[in-house]
Amino acid sequence: MKILVCLGNVPDTTTKIRFNSDMTRFDVTGVQWVINPWDELALTRAIELKEQSGGKIEKVTVVNVGKIDSEPTIRKALAIGADDAVRIDADAADSYFIAAQIAEAVKSEKFDIIFAGIESSDYNAASVGGMLAEFLDIPSVSSVSSVEITNDEMILKREIEGGKETLTIPTPFVAIIQKGICINPRIPAMRGIMMARTKPLTVVPPADIQLMTEMSVFELPPAKGTCKMVDAEDTDKLVDLLHNEAKAI
Amino acid sequence: MNFEFTEEQLMIRQAAKDFAERVLLPDVIERDEHAIFPTEHVKQLAELGFLGMMTDPKYDGGGMDTVSYVLAMEEISKIDASVSVIMSVCNSLVNWGLETYGNEEQKEKYLKPLARGEKIGAFLLSEPEAGSDATSQRTTAEDKGDYYLLNGTKNWITNAASASTYLVIAQTNPELKHKGINALIVEKDWPGVTLGPHENKMGMRSSDTHSVMFTDVKVPKANRIGENGFGFSFAMKTLDGGRIGIASQALGLASGALELSIKYSKERKAFGTEICNHQAIAFKLSDMAVKVENARNLCLKAAWLKDTHQPYGLISAMAKQYCADIAMEVTTEAVQIHGGYGYVREYHVERLMREAKLTQIYEGTSEVQKIVISRSLIK
Repeated sequence: MKILVCLGNVPDTTTKIRFNSDMTRFDVTGVQWVINPWDELALTRAIELKEQSGGKIEKVTVVNVGKIDSEPTIRKALAIGADDAVRIDADAADSYFIAAQIAEAVKSEKFDIIFAGIESSDYNAASVGGMLAEFLDIPSVSSVSSVEITNDEMILKREIEGGKETLTIPTPFVAIIQKGICINPRIPAMRGIMMARTKPLTVVPPADIQLMTEMSVFELPPAKGTCKMVDAEDTDKLVDLLHNEAKAI
Repeated sequence: MNFEFTEEQLMIRQAAKDFAERVLLPDVIERDEHAIFPTEHVKQLAELGFLGMMTDPKYDGGGMDTVSYVLAMEEISKIDASVSVIMSVCNSLVNWGLETYGNEEQKEKYLKPLARGEKIGAFLLSEPEAGSDATSQRTTAEDKGDYYLLNGTKNWITNAASASTYLVIAQTNPELKHKGINALIVEKDWPGVTLGPHENKMGMRSSDTHSVMFTDVKVPKANRIGENGFGFSFAMKTLDGGRIGIASQALGLASGALELSIKYSKERKAFGTEICNHQAIAFKLSDMAVKVENARNLCLKAAWLKDTHQPYGLISAMAKQYCADIAMEVTTEAVQIHGGYGYVREYHVERLMREAKLTQIYEGTSEVQKIVISRSLIK
């Protein structure tokens, strides 16, 4: 059995977001890149499943759509414990493009379980997992917060309004991973960091996929207004400001 | 010249930062207050390979360079210097000493479990009357043919209770003075080894410090490191590397205090603006940042010299003295910037200040470093 984990290379969540002067391009100057947090949780769970499987899961592969500058992020995934990696040598343009590229690159290997983070922390499109399943013509389960393998049966739990639902599913399938899948992402150990050098990282050329969207312009949210302090005793003034100025009540 | 870190070095720094923030930070104040040894934390540190990170992989270590070690020590020390001192003693003193000067049997038996982090080591040099003056060892290792009979007391021993492998410096031939000293591997649970009470320290309270008494402890000759009389030289050479560890720890205390001060000064308002906009505070931050940058560069230069097999004793002494002294200055300013909040525990900086003080004292006081530095200038 083989697991594939889709890996996004995203700016660290504390990055100060800037764009070029005509607001058409994200300014990557000084940005620290990390594994997309949901993908990192998915990877951690995939490695745990492999470790618990008693050899039934033979490998965990990570796949990324990105240029060479995403390789440090990929090698971190190898250091955490992935067995090998595939980098599709193209800019990650949009969800459709990413899903189509991954589908093309991995369809021949027939992975049994595919994990995709529910969204990426940069563009938040939340659609690669579902699209990938469609391209591969296999089922997908969204918002998965638990994956267990018991007696060869795949038991998934999903977050639903007011609780969780449990379901079983035959392989192959795509699980779209939500928080809760594991407690914390795994920290790479020294041995893992050392071994990451020698693990295979295959670079494949992108398939000929036409883009369906074109990015026009970015907008930053409006700057926060100044905070007005109202005396705790002066409730009339507070109500007046909320009603007439903020128009919140 | 190239100031760039490798991808692996950056990965190690990030791993240390993640570990410190995720595992150490949540209970660091409580462990400091009640002097609780970080048993579970050290176990995880060992599983990640930090306790033997510089040891050769053929002895089950991580095989990382000294630059990586400096980066990891800085990140862990920003959050918890009690844990980083455990890491420093294991890596720079015990493991390095055994790997460099031990024989293959000693490495197989003692170094491998230490490098895997299954066991912890301690370095026993200081005595009640021989701290900085390491030549005046009163602990004796009397030559009894096929074993040494060890008697005496060692003081201020980091990891004394948690360690199972001790490297003990003791005098065999007093008439030969420092050339009569030997370094011996002693197991803590051997008959005649007794721990003194836990020291109630000002800082680094979560690390265990005790005196250790030896009463007629039989140490096999096979446990002597190097030739007869090599012990003083062993201790001095090992401490050269140890200084890089403690310098990096002091660096981490200073850079941690600076980060907390920047954050606080951007949040705290006084006289209608964030206090970082007041020149009195802004210039303090500037002075602190320059000192931290200098300190980091000294640590990294010492590490680079060691990694490239060049003499590093002088620069490591400079790094130890400078980093420890600026750690004291920077953490004191951090408390000042935090005002009243800096004087209470939940804001961390008072702990960093208490911990910084020790870096000026242990593994060679700042004054001893100045002896080392000045002697090399005028010799």
